[in-house]
Amino acid sequence: MRPFSYQRASDPDMAVQALGAAAAANDPLTKAAAQPLAGGTTLIDLMKLDVMRPTAIVDISPLAQAWSAIAPGGDGLRLGALAKMSDVAAHAEIQRSYPVIADSLKLAASAQLRNMATLGGNVMQRTRCNYFRDVSYENCNKRNPGSGCAAMDGVNRMHAVLGTSDQCIATYPGDFAQALIALDAMVEVTGKAGTRSMPFAQLHKRPGSTPDIETALQPGELISAFSIQGRWPRSVYLKARDRQSYEFALSSAAIALDIQDGTIRDARVALGGVATVPWRAREAEALLKGQKFDDGLPQRVADAAFADARGRRHNSFKIALGKRVVARALQQAVTMEI
Amino acid sequence: MPDKPGSRSSGFDRRAFMAGAAGSALIPITARAASEDARAPAAQDPSLPVEVTLRVNGKDKRLSIDARTTVLDALREHLKLTGSKKGCDHGQCGACTVLIDDRRVVSCLTLALAAEGQEITTIEGLATDDRLHPMQQAFIDNDAFQCGYCTPGQIMSAIACVKEGNAGSEADIREYMSGNICRCAAYPNIVAAVKQAAPEIMKG
Repeated sequence: MRPFSYQRASDPDMAVQALGAAAAANDPLTKAAAQPLAGGTTLIDLMKLDVMRPTAIVDISPLAQAWSAIAPGGDGLRLGALAKMSDVAAHAEIQRSYPVIADSLKLAASAQLRNMATLGGNVMQRTRCNYFRDVSYENCNKRNPGSGCAAMDGVNRMHAVLGTSDQCIATYPGDFAQALIALDAMVEVTGKAGTRSMPFAQLHKRPGSTPDIETALQPGELISAFSIQGRWPRSVYLKARDRQSYEFALSSAAIALDIQDGTIRDARVALGGVATVPWRAREAEALLKGQKFDDGLPQRVADAAFADARGRRHNSFKIALGKRVVARALQQAVTMEI
Repeated sequence: MPDKPGSRSSGFDRRAFMAGAAGSALIPITARAASEDARAPAAQDPSLPVEVTLRVNGKDKRLSIDARTTVLDALREHLKLTGSKKGCDHGQCGACTVLIDDRRVVSCLTLALAAEGQEITTIEGLATDDRLHPMQQAFIDNDAFQCGYCTPGQIMSAIACVKEGNAGSEADIREYMSGNICRCAAYPNIVAAVKQAAPEIMKG
């Protein structure tokens, strides 16, 4: 690990100032000289691997007092960005009213990592692409823009089939983000000019021709909270993976339904483990809205969700697997008792 | 070069020399960095060691360390508490699990500087006098290890697993202990050990 200066920010202004001060104008966030430290489960790991090379660490843990609310209310939910994954997953009202959120967190990482990792850091975690994480591979457009992509024709079993570009096929590895995007969450961002809100769906950027730009955040900006309108008791997160526990998704689905008198009034479908960014499958949702459930519906929805999927040498199985995950998650959501 | 506690007095020891040399000169700078009420965040010179006080197993330990030092390295290399093990050093194996403020974490991904002011509990802090902690005894009773390398992490994790209320069934124990890898695959006996110790830990 390279040397860095360490400082602890005791309030948001101080954090934003310290992070912004060290930022060069043209740096993308992932290359910014100053990086915020919360749980550290991504950052310290990637610093040890020499993938991330900040010269300044700004420890924002002291902001947790103000930024770790878990606040379900009558008209929705607010989650502070520094709430720990484990605390949100274990919260009784989250389990009751937002099972897709509780399960997406509970099925991620390990108990130790969930105790450390925060919600904000979780959505900002970097890809697990082995060519990205191993700096002995020169050609990674995400690490070294313009250098090529070793995964394209390499071992790409874990890579994305949706949202890819000819520059990058790295999978977005998280789980919680699928729950957020499915539920139309808003993300609150705190920066030099105060706070701003944007749809969570706009936070992550597809790789396109700039895989090194992963989010809409600028250096000096921090996620401070997430918010969701309404309650979603009929929602599920289903995750298929190589191990039963403590493993990233090969394919996952976040599904939320509003069913009244047998008719699906609203439907949300998001996919994980198969796309370069948290993925909302709106074509699939369109097939569900206004419909009554029938036995053929899950397959039609699953086919629609993966209509644009494009596999490569080792990861085409994710298309077949992903469809089955969507179909099963949909059946679970329809039949769950709430 | 030997790296044992007893080797320092035998002659030149690079680590001991650097820690000693830096410690005397740096207190003012680092005292400011650690100060709670400093308005401007003071960043230390990354090339110089930093003073930090870690509370480990109920005792305050003052250290002069590189800012990059993890809790795991602080324990093993500076405090000579080698019970917590370094397996992967990337948060994937759980061998380094300790409790920080009673929550289980991987010490290899926790910066020592970030743990200042918190209570760190390691495997060395469990036994009282000549009595093992119930989870330690349960691991022995159930033969819950072969090589033993993952065992300190397993035990720390298992204690937290029980206190979190996640040891109610074998399925729960397996799920909530999945962050601790045992390459000898002693898993069935680990599950049995956690089951045995759980009631005793819960009744306090």
